[in-house]
Amino acid sequence: MTESYPEDLKYHAEHDWARIDGEEATFGVTWYAQDALGEVVFYDPPEVGSTVTRDKAYAEVESVKAVSDVFAPLSGEIMAVNESLAQSPESINSDPYGDGWLVRVKLTDTSEVESLLDAAAYRELL
Amino acid sequence: MPFAGWEMPVQYEGVRREHIAVRTKAGVFDVSHMGELVTSGPDAEAFLQHLLSNDVTKIAEGGAQYSVLCHHDGGVIDDLFTYRLGDRFLTVTNASNHERDHAWLADHAEGFDVTVEDAADRYAMLAVQGPEARWAVGRIADGELPRRMRTTTLGVAGADCLVCGTGYTGEDGVEILTPPEHAPALWDALMEGGVAPAGLAARDTLRTEACFHLYGNDLSLDRTPIEAGLGWCCKLDTGFVGSEALQGAEPAQTLVPFAFTGPGIPRHANPVHTEAGTGVVSSGTMSPCLDLGIGMAYVPVDASAPGTPIEVDVRGKPRAAEVRSKPLYPPGDRMRPTNSEE
Repeated sequence: MTESYPEDLKYHAEHDWARIDGEEATFGVTWYAQDALGEVVFYDPPEVGSTVTRDKAYAEVESVKAVSDVFAPLSGEIMAVNESLAQSPESINSDPYGDGWLVRVKLTDTSEVESLLDAAAYRELL
Repeated sequence: MPFAGWEMPVQYEGVRREHIAVRTKAGVFDVSHMGELVTSGPDAEAFLQHLLSNDVTKIAEGGAQYSVLCHHDGGVIDDLFTYRLGDRFLTVTNASNHERDHAWLADHAEGFDVTVEDAADRYAMLAVQGPEARWAVGRIADGELPRRMRTTTLGVAGADCLVCGTGYTGEDGVEILTPPEHAPALWDALMEGGVAPAGLAARDTLRTEACFHLYGNDLSLDRTPIEAGLGWCCKLDTGFVGSEALQGAEPAQTLVPFAFTGPGIPRHANPVHTEAGTGVVSSGTMSPCLDLGIGMAYVPVDASAPGTPIEVDVRGKPRAAEVRSKPLYPPGDRMRPTNSEE
């Protein structure tokens, strides 16, 4: 896919996105992150039920080139992880905002959302 | 990506796709970074017999042989293929060791009537590998391709090339040595035949599945060929340099293939824990064919039997694995790796 940063998502400076849905959110990595990583060959997800903290690493993605931590854009409890990435981690490259989603989270503090960037502000960082 | 002073693509189309193309059809690797040394003169055979670990007198005309170059203490300087071409021998070196190999040969030439030439600039090298590789090369060659572990001079895509029945993937195929100025035309002719371009990353995943050694990972000056499982190419009775140190050696560790039984990817230098003591991963990767983390590790001899459970420490996370037998792929020893044939 070509470079894109959907307007309906919120962004974290460590190249993560969050799709906010009330008190829940879905996390993933941005087009920029997957492009920098190169072909992803492994996703090491957190455990369902574990907690994640904003700005802290919660998962690892490993590409042909490197291993990289994935940072949580918001704090919360893991409700689900994208199981399909075990078989097709390359979805993180081909569809980072869709099939390449990483985790579904129950947010602990929805006011944290205000700390995130919109698409235009995130683009400024790149 | 800079590799031993060469600019080389890590991947063209994605490592998984390239890997599968080589396993199911055919792929081509530009391995022009490999070095070449030509040894000639009346004592050429005796000279190489003095330095190479295998029995050089057993190489037939047009034949190929795998061996290692050892230091006096038995440590491995390089692993190489040597071809007999009439009254000369052509030895293919690893890029990062080429200068050192050349110096080692030159330093030991005293008393032998030989000439050792650095021929690295004379050759580009393309490795065409996969079940359809011979068909893809055969259609642009003016003669019959050499069998495994043999070499023939043939016109390929309009220029004379040295075609060798060798490889580094566990698949059938050939390696083509060609004048550098002809390499682009040869590459294009292979592309027209539907051969997939493949990069260094796929070369590494393929050779790891096949359990072929990579110098710098699985072989080094700190390990002997006996530890590395290369005793089969060390003919100690030829008296080669290093053979005395290897005589009667009973190393504490040995190199084994392994596969993860759960998630994770092992990497070079990851610590290994076994019931018989600790070890270390020498090569590790994600296997596109097995969809498992795989690799090779030096482990205590008592933990080296296939089926032995081991644990690999991947950046602080314990990952469950078990010792396997060679090759990791294809499982069940369907094809014997080219590298371990004599």
